[in-house]
Amino acid sequence: MQIDGREVKARDDMTVLQAARTAGIHIPTLCHHEKLEPFGACRMCMVEVEARGRKNYVVSCLYPVAQDLVVRTRSERVDKIRRVILEELLAHAPNSPELVALAREYRADRDRFEKDASFCILCGLCVRYCAEVKQKNAVDFIERGARREISFIPEIAAKECWDCQECFALCPTSYAQAAYFLTEALAFPGRRKAGVANA
Amino acid sequence: MTRLESAAELEHFRAGIVAARDPAKPCIAVCAGAACHGLDSARVAQAFRTEVGKLGRDAGLEVRVTGCHGYCEKGPNVVVGPDDVCYFEVKPEDAPEIVASTLKKAVVERLVYAHPDTGERAVHMGEVPFYKHQTRLLIGDNVRIDPMRIDDYLALGGYAALAKALFQMTPDQVLDEVKKANLRGRGGGGFPAGQKWETAKNAPGKDKYVIVNAHEGEPGAFMDRALFTGNPHKVLEGLIIGAYAIGSHRGFIYTRHDSPQLIRHIEQALAQAEEYGLLGENILGSGFDFRVEVHFDVGIFVSGESSALMRSIEGLPPEPRPKYIRTSVAGIWNRPSNLNNVETWANVPQIISRGAEWYAGIGTAGSKGTKLVSLSGNVVNSGVVEVPMGTPLRKIVYDIGGGIPGGKAAKAVHFGGPMGGSIPANLIDAPLDFDELAKLGAPIGAGGLLVMDEDTDMVDVARYFLEFLTNESCGKCVPCREGMRQTLKVLTNITKGKGRDGDIARLEDLNDVTGAACLCALGRTASDPLKSMLRYFKDEYETQIARGSEGKGGKAAGSAAT
Repeated sequence: MQIDGREVKARDDMTVLQAARTAGIHIPTLCHHEKLEPFGACRMCMVEVEARGRKNYVVSCLYPVAQDLVVRTRSERVDKIRRVILEELLAHAPNSPELVALAREYRADRDRFEKDASFCILCGLCVRYCAEVKQKNAVDFIERGARREISFIPEIAAKECWDCQECFALCPTSYAQAAYFLTEALAFPGRRKAGVANA
Repeated sequence: MTRLESAAELEHFRAGIVAARDPAKPCIAVCAGAACHGLDSARVAQAFRTEVGKLGRDAGLEVRVTGCHGYCEKGPNVVVGPDDVCYFEVKPEDAPEIVASTLKKAVVERLVYAHPDTGERAVHMGEVPFYKHQTRLLIGDNVRIDPMRIDDYLALGGYAALAKALFQMTPDQVLDEVKKANLRGRGGGGFPAGQKWETAKNAPGKDKYVIVNAHEGEPGAFMDRALFTGNPHKVLEGLIIGAYAIGSHRGFIYTRHDSPQLIRHIEQALAQAEEYGLLGENILGSGFDFRVEVHFDVGIFVSGESSALMRSIEGLPPEPRPKYIRTSVAGIWNRPSNLNNVETWANVPQIISRGAEWYAGIGTAGSKGTKLVSLSGNVVNSGVVEVPMGTPLRKIVYDIGGGIPGGKAAKAVHFGGPMGGSIPANLIDAPLDFDELAKLGAPIGAGGLLVMDEDTDMVDVARYFLEFLTNESCGKCVPCREGMRQTLKVLTNITKGKGRDGDIARLEDLNDVTGAACLCALGRTASDPLKSMLRYFKDEYETQIARGSEGKGGKAAGSAAT
């Protein structure tokens, strides 16, 4: 197959994103993590693909490779999609270093849309890491649509989180950490300290 | 009742039902469709039963509680057969008079249709303007069927198409017939049903599923509910025929948890069909097995999206699947799953019994058959309408719908609810056609037609749809969740007179990316209403934005824009 004009070889069980990364071609992602199942939610990894003369925009983290597929990781349209997505997310987390760096690359204006400082961009890294790697499900999505947020489940978090907290490092905005400590303060204050003292 | 073991037994049984019925005997059909039910038609039906009960065993007329007749505006509806005398806005206290007149073969003049302008009367269904311009192939039987009684469906020739398919046709021939008929999906996409069936049929795997999408969740769409509640066996028969063609032995009906009447009718239909040997093991002795189970939604619009619906059947939250493999190849539990909506399935029996050629003779080059339309908004006659594809929208809005109330002018017609589009009134001669309307920017969608008069604020219409969608999106992917959230904010500001310079560009960018980048069809088509508004009504948006900018001293408010 071809990515950005280069011939690239890939195993047939790979996604376009895996093939590109193997070939050293960078595609930006926010919700992707190698240890986790592809999620396809942030849509930052969208690329242009062309097969049998038809052009399409797909998320590379899920799109399977195919013989003779032509992929363009940058184009005016791809860049526009990434720019608007960044502008939408910057309304929530205007100072996230990851977003700020990408905003510079894609000329995204962080003040374009009305601010809604929820900090979380709902990439789901914490939720999925806890479910897939730790298999604890201590943090999950609640609500739907524009009201969706992450929430630590106090009963599970009280038992599982105090000596884990591995999701904090995955969070692009530090909101996971904030949400956890808020849950702790509200639902089981002092529990973590007691746990540390006992350990 | 013993099971019917062959096509001959079915025909024999049917002949018995028909013979026991006197076609000349008057039958009072009381509509119990959603709108009439809301107007307490149950009390009307009870009044008729009491009245007829007084006449004793040989009353010489019967009362039937049926599904939706269609003319919701004028409910509670009562139709008296065999001549189909239509009475409108019937109250329980009208029952004695109607019964007495019917026995005398007379008509209660004060309850028949009178034209609002000319006062001209119309007594029979075929003369009432709302009905006479329609072609009611699917919904017409509703008047003759008590949905709780399979015998009523059999009396009208029900399940003959199934018998024909099972005993006179191979699965491939059934598939070919549906392909030749060019039946296109009525759920929104207009995708050719035969092609979808073929994909599922040819997909590898032994276990395949067929599904009825009865999750009609779009505001302003109520025709699937009217059809399925009023004539559940028609849909079920279509599903069984489809299963036979595809090679599926397990079907699902996915419907709303909040329509108790519909649920009751579906469950009764399944039980009766099974009792008669029309469902379950060895259907009509043909050797074909097929079972159906009913699943309910969890109260969210997106569960009607095909991949979300399938996750819901699996027992998972109804989030659309991020996969580039079609559900007809890998759907429920990753097995080939063919999903069609209520109206699509309901078309199947007539295609089999009357043939693809007959069916393809109705409609336009690309859109065949009739289409159910939920007509509502600023229109004199709201209700469920069925017309041949290709019918000009003007005919639906004016001849059938009776035009705009209050002597006002039409401003726009909107098709397809929150994922559809609005076209201005000057395009009202456009035909009801999947491709023509999609080109104009008002794709038929499921078939909800909303008429808007000259007083309608088009910014507020878009805002209303966006508000619905932001609450109904699953919230997983950014361009849907965030794109719609921001679009709604911009629109809300404009309607409050707080529009800013650059709002049009903001809306266009948001809409463009939502339409291109969303994970599922809900998100991608959520941009359609606004797209059509910016295509036809941009000046209205600009005027309202300008009003906002001026009010706040012009440009300053929009300094961060574009």
